[in-house]
Amino acid sequence: MRYLFKTRYEQDLRIARQPSDLFWYGLLLAVMVVFPIVAGEFYVGEVAGVLIFAVAGVGLMLLTGYTGLVSLGHAAFLGIGAYTNAVLLAQGVPFAITLPTSFVVTALAGIAIGVPTLRMSGLYLAIATLAFGSIIGNVFSKWNSVTGGFDGFPVQTPTILGFRIQGANGIYYTSLVVLIFVLWLAANILRSPLGRAMVAIRDSEISAQSMGIHLAKYKTIAFALSAGITGLAGALFAHYVRHLAPDAFDILLSIQFVTIVFIGGLGSIHGAIFGAIFVRLLPQAIAIVRDDLPFGIGRMPGLEPSLFGLFLVLFILFEPGGLYGRWLKLKQYFRSFPMYKGSTFKRQKAYAKSERLR
Amino acid sequence: MSYFEAKSIAVRFGGIRAVDDVSFDVNKGEVFCIIGPNGAGKTTIFNLISRIYNVTDGKLVFDGQDFTKMPAHRIAGLGIARTFQNIELFANASVLQNLLIGRHTHAQANLLAQLCFLPSTRRAEIGHREKVEDVIDFLELQRYRDTLIANLPYGVRKIVELGRALCTEPKILLLDEPSSGLNAEETEVMGFWIEDIQKDLGITVIMVEHDMSLVTAVANRVMALNYGKVLAMGTPAEVQRDPEVIRAYLGGDP
Ligand SMILES: Nc1ncnc2c1ncn2[C@@H]1O[C@H](COP(=O)(O)OP(=O)(O)OP(=O)(O)O)[C@@H](O)[C@H]1O
Ligand SMILES: [Mg+2]
Repeated sequence: MRYLFKTRYEQDLRIARQPSDLFWYGLLLAVMVVFPIVAGEFYVGEVAGVLIFAVAGVGLMLLTGYTGLVSLGHAAFLGIGAYTNAVLLAQGVPFAITLPTSFVVTALAGIAIGVPTLRMSGLYLAIATLAFGSIIGNVFSKWNSVTGGFDGFPVQTPTILGFRIQGANGIYYTSLVVLIFVLWLAANILRSPLGRAMVAIRDSEISAQSMGIHLAKYKTIAFALSAGITGLAGALFAHYVRHLAPDAFDILLSIQFVTIVFIGGLGSIHGAIFGAIFVRLLPQAIAIVRDDLPFGIGRMPGLEPSLFGLFLVLFILFEPGGLYGRWLKLKQYFRSFPMYKGSTFKRQKAYAKSERLR
Repeated sequence: MSYFEAKSIAVRFGGIRAVDDVSFDVNKGEVFCIIGPNGAGKTTIFNLISRIYNVTDGKLVFDGQDFTKMPAHRIAGLGIARTFQNIELFANASVLQNLLIGRHTHAQANLLAQLCFLPSTRRAEIGHREKVEDVIDFLELQRYRDTLIANLPYGVRKIVELGRALCTEPKILLLDEPSSGLNAEETEVMGFWIEDIQKDLGITVIMVEHDMSLVTAVANRVMALNYGKVLAMGTPAEVQRDPEVIRAYLGGDP
């Protein structure tokens, strides 16, 4: 076992808690920067997809994993960000402005769904956000004059500081920068009073309130930030697909986002990344084994969504900590080898169930 | 005028008069205890003071300010903190985080400064941490600092919840059955802490309690309640001798 000796409170406020963290994050960043140089275009594109989904995953994680509010409508936020970016670019607005505007417009949309659903939670909130998602989906397909309807909307190649952002490499590096920014933002949120208020609301609204937390205000902020970050992912997504089609932003995509946060591990930013990797790799894995599966399972329609559903259920039942939780256990196993006890992670029995006043 | 005053407060849930025309006042610096059999309406009085429920009648006044209609989230800022009968901690957060959430009313920094974690936010956070560490030292919670609430034994959770309330720097502390679920020894320790809170920190305490040994040890005055109505009020000894109170506890017609 290693113990970290802390000598100043300041140490608990750092993003990298241990010197070794700094080393590993630095190494990871270096690998990410060099990757497109050594890897083929196909792989760069795939990883760019992971990065974009990771941005959206962080967005939904703030809402679901930290504030405890489920959303089945995040595909709509992705779409709003994507269309905002693409439509403004087509008007000749520079990318340096369309990108932050995608954040702002989507954050406003987040407030628009957040405020009317303030008193909802759980299933009711899931249904409300689902309805919101399908309404927005309809807007994308029917508002022809702006979105081009079912014909779709071509996305122009953006330029930033004179560089044209194109090809797999362009979208890869842009997404990497945005992801790093979003991770920094999330880390700041989580180490300040705002993040603690979100966690408080997740764990007990009644005592959050008696600690002075204004529920409506903080839920609205959580919705706005979550939507805004997903909007940023949407702006990137527009360049990733290069041609926006309204049916891309459907319930299945929302379910993929939910899968990211649940399978990655609720309440952890690492989890959002792990989840994004899983969600993007699963279809690839299916494609690889598809032809070798017996009984024609591989050609069954709906194989992919059902597998997503199956994994979601299995994780919720058997590994609520998600992939990141599993990873922590593995690390602990090697650190304390050969002293590992299975019961280390068993939770103490709660003797009293709390009285909920809602 | 007294420090804290409830003027004939009442609340009805459907047909039940959970609290019915209850008046009491609490002096600055005293430990005021509310006793009564199960379902007497003790917790409901706390929920009325916390503004979780609206009174159907009556007035609540603290330090000259009428807060009968104030929204629930502003009560902590007023200087009234509470614990819950069945513990309402943030179960998936560490002890440290729970205590820091107690600092919320003192941490109303600008949102943008928080998103960028500006030096001002960092300094404020360190300030809150220092306050929290004072409470950790006071309640001897050092070794649980980074433990998740879900992994703590029940007795420690009770102390953490007390600590979280103290972190708000309250003027009045509402404790709902601080000894429930604790063994005799832990109850005695809880009694010492309540005394320290009153004497050293100068905080006024209103507490609901069943354990009469704890009540006799710490209370300056006691109010007995039954079926939402006040039965008796006075020193612990007086109230325990009151025939109405004895009848309420031993059964018989109300
Ligand atoms: N939200 C509510 N809706 C309906 N009835 C309620 C509500 N809250 C409390 N009551 C009722 O009010 C009465 C008083 O309840 P309260 O919880 O205040 O009792 P108590 O004195 O704290 O009892 P205990 O010693 O068991 O904690 C009970 O009859 C209870 O059923
Ligand atoms: Mg009670």
